[in-house]
Amino acid sequence: MKPATKPIFIEAVGLAAPGLPSWQQARAALRGEQPCENTPLPPHTPALLPANERRRATPAIRLAFQAAEDAMQGTSIPAANLATVFASSDADLGIIHRISLALTASPRFISPTDFHNSVHNAAAGYWSIAVGSRAASTTISAYDGSFAAGLLEASLLVEVDACDVLLVAFDLPAPEPLHAKRPIAHPVAVALVLTQQATAKTLAALSCATTMEPETLLPDAALESLRSGNPAARALPLLQRLAARDFGRVILPNANSRNLAVDLHAP
Amino acid sequence: MKPLPISAYTVSSALGAGHAAHARALQAGTSGLRKLTFDTNTLDCWLGEVRDFDVALTGSLAHWDCRNHRLAEFALNQDGFLDAVAACVRRHGAARIGVFIGTSTSGVHHTELAYRARDPQSNALPDWFVHRPTQNIFSVADFVAQRLGLGGPSFAISTACSSSAKVFAAARRAIAAGACDAAVVGGVDSLCLTTLYGFNSLQLVSPDICRPADSARNGISIGEAGGFALLDPHADGGLRLLGYGETSDAYHMSSPDPEGSGAAASMRAALASANLEPAQIDYINLHGTGTVANDQAESRAVCSVFGTATPCSSTKGWTGHTLGAAGIVESVISLLTIENDLLPRSLNTRSKDPAIEANILLANRSTPVLRVLSNSFGFGGSNCSLLFGKAA
Repeated sequence: MKPATKPIFIEAVGLAAPGLPSWQQARAALRGEQPCENTPLPPHTPALLPANERRRATPAIRLAFQAAEDAMQGTSIPAANLATVFASSDADLGIIHRISLALTASPRFISPTDFHNSVHNAAAGYWSIAVGSRAASTTISAYDGSFAAGLLEASLLVEVDACDVLLVAFDLPAPEPLHAKRPIAHPVAVALVLTQQATAKTLAALSCATTMEPETLLPDAALESLRSGNPAARALPLLQRLAARDFGRVILPNANSRNLAVDLHAP
Repeated sequence: MKPLPISAYTVSSALGAGHAAHARALQAGTSGLRKLTFDTNTLDCWLGEVRDFDVALTGSLAHWDCRNHRLAEFALNQDGFLDAVAACVRRHGAARIGVFIGTSTSGVHHTELAYRARDPQSNALPDWFVHRPTQNIFSVADFVAQRLGLGGPSFAISTACSSSAKVFAAARRAIAAGACDAAVVGGVDSLCLTTLYGFNSLQLVSPDICRPADSARNGISIGEAGGFALLDPHADGGLRLLGYGETSDAYHMSSPDPEGSGAAASMRAALASANLEPAQIDYINLHGTGTVANDQAESRAVCSVFGTATPCSSTKGWTGHTLGAAGIVESVISLLTIENDLLPRSLNTRSKDPAIEANILLANRSTPVLRVLSNSFGFGGSNCSLLFGKAA
C-alpha cells in the first residue's frame, strides 16, 4: 500500500472503557502514571439525543455515543460537518438475542423498536439525527479487525473525498447463550476525529500502510486484558502513543493475515 | 472522479442465476416473486426466493455453511466471475485486490436455527453453531475473500438497504488512494425470519405483490440475492462507475424524510462527483420499495433534482426488496439497461399514484442508454446514489 498523498491529522480522541471512562481521565493510566482500575463503566445518557430517540437508544448506541461525545470535547469542528465511520464487529448482540428468542415463541412477536435498532448502522443513524448531520456515513465490520478497517475507511474518506471524519469503534458483551459463542469481555468504545488540515488542537499526523508485522501488544497486564477482550479496544496501543505524545509506529490487527501499520508523526 | 472500469459483474436473485436470466426476465416482464413457504414463516406474503442454490457447503468450505454463504457461493459461480477474478489476480497479485461486501443480516438465519436447538437444561446453543464464519456481519466479506484467495483490504459494509451500493464508493476510494489496485464488490442477503417478522412488526410487509408507485401500494415483498462486480482501473470493457453520492437523512430511524432532502443531496453528490448535469442521465433505477412513504419521498427527491421528465422505475416488483443486496442487484440491473438499451417498466404498477410526479415507466422502453443513476436508501437514513455509464 503506498503512503497517503495528503497528510491526515488526528484532532481529538474519545474513549469509554472500564477504568477509562473518558479520554481526559484515561491519559494518565495510558501513560503508565497510574494503574488502570477495572471499574465498571457507568451508564451513559446521551446528551445530544432528542427525548424520543434517547428513550429508544440501546446500550450499544449509548456506548458509541459516550466515546463520540467525548471526542467532540476535543474539536472545534461542528459535529454536523463531520462524515462518520462506525466500526463494530457485532453492534448489538443483545437485540439479536431478543429477536432470535422471540422467533422461537408462539406467536412470534418482534418489538418494532428492536427491529429498527437491530440494523448494524443504528448508532450511525441516531448520531446523524442527534447532531443534524446529512454528511456521508458508513458502518463497517471486520470482526476483531474492525478498528483497523474503520481507521482505513476513515482515512480514505479524508484523503479521497476531502471530508473531516468522526470514527467511532464500539462493541459490548452479548447476553448468554450468545456470549459463550462470541465472548466479548467488556464494553469499549473509541472515537477519533480525523481532519484534512492541522489546527491548534491537532494531536498528531497519521499515515497507514499494510504490513506483515505482528500486532502491537501492551506491556501493562490490565491494559492488555482490555485490549484483547474487545475489538474496539484493539485501538489502545494507538491511544497510548497519543496520550504520551510519543510519535512512532503501532501495528493494529486486521481480520486477515495482513495488519495495519499506523505511523504517528508530529503535526 | 475518473471513471472506474467494471470488468465483470454477476447477480443471482429470484429472477434467476446470472445476468442473462435477468435480462430475459426484464425483457419478458416476468416477476420472480411467488407465494411460497420459507422455513416456518406463517405470514401471508410474496417472497423473492432464489431457486436451486440451497445446498450445503462441503469440504474446505464446510465451516462456512449457512444460507447466506450458500447463496454467496452460488452467485460467485455465475457469469464467469471466478475466471475474471483469476485474471485480475494474475494482473495485480492477490494481495493487491480489495474485497468490500454489503449485507444487512449476514448469516443470522443460522443463529435463528441455533436458538431453536438450544439445550433444554443448560440453555446453551448447539455445538454446530459457530458465530464467526456464519452470523458475524464480516463473515460474508471474509468468505468471499478466502473463497477467491484475495488478500487486499477487506471489510463488510452494513448500512441496512444501502449496504451493497456503498461498497462501490469504498472500493473506489481504496483504489484511488492506492490501498489496492482493484476490488471485488458485492452484496449478499438471504431470507430469514428476523427480517420477515421484523418488517411485519413495522407493518411494512404487503400481503399483495410489491407494487411500486401504484395508487394502492401497501408495502414490500422481501427477497434475497447475491451479486458481485470487479472494479479494475486497468481493465478494458465498456462499463464504468462514473460517480457516487453518500448522505444521511438525519430524520428518523425507519421512516424517510418526507421532503426527501437527504436523498436529493445523495443524487446531487453523485452527479457532482461525475461532473454531469441531470439532463445527461437517461434512466433512474429507484430504490422504490413499494411503501406509501418511501415511494412518495423518493419521487419528491428525484423531481427536485431532475424535474419530472427523466424516465425512472423501481425493479422491486421483479426481485422483491433484497435489503442488503438491493444495491448490487440494482447496480447490475442498471448495467444491463446500458448493455441492452432497454429501460424496464415498474412491474405490477397498475395505476400510478397521482401524488408521484416522477416519470414512472409503465411500459418497457427500447432506447439508447448511456448513463444511469441507481438509488439505494436504508434504515438509519442511509442514502447512496451510484452513476454508471458507457466508456467515453
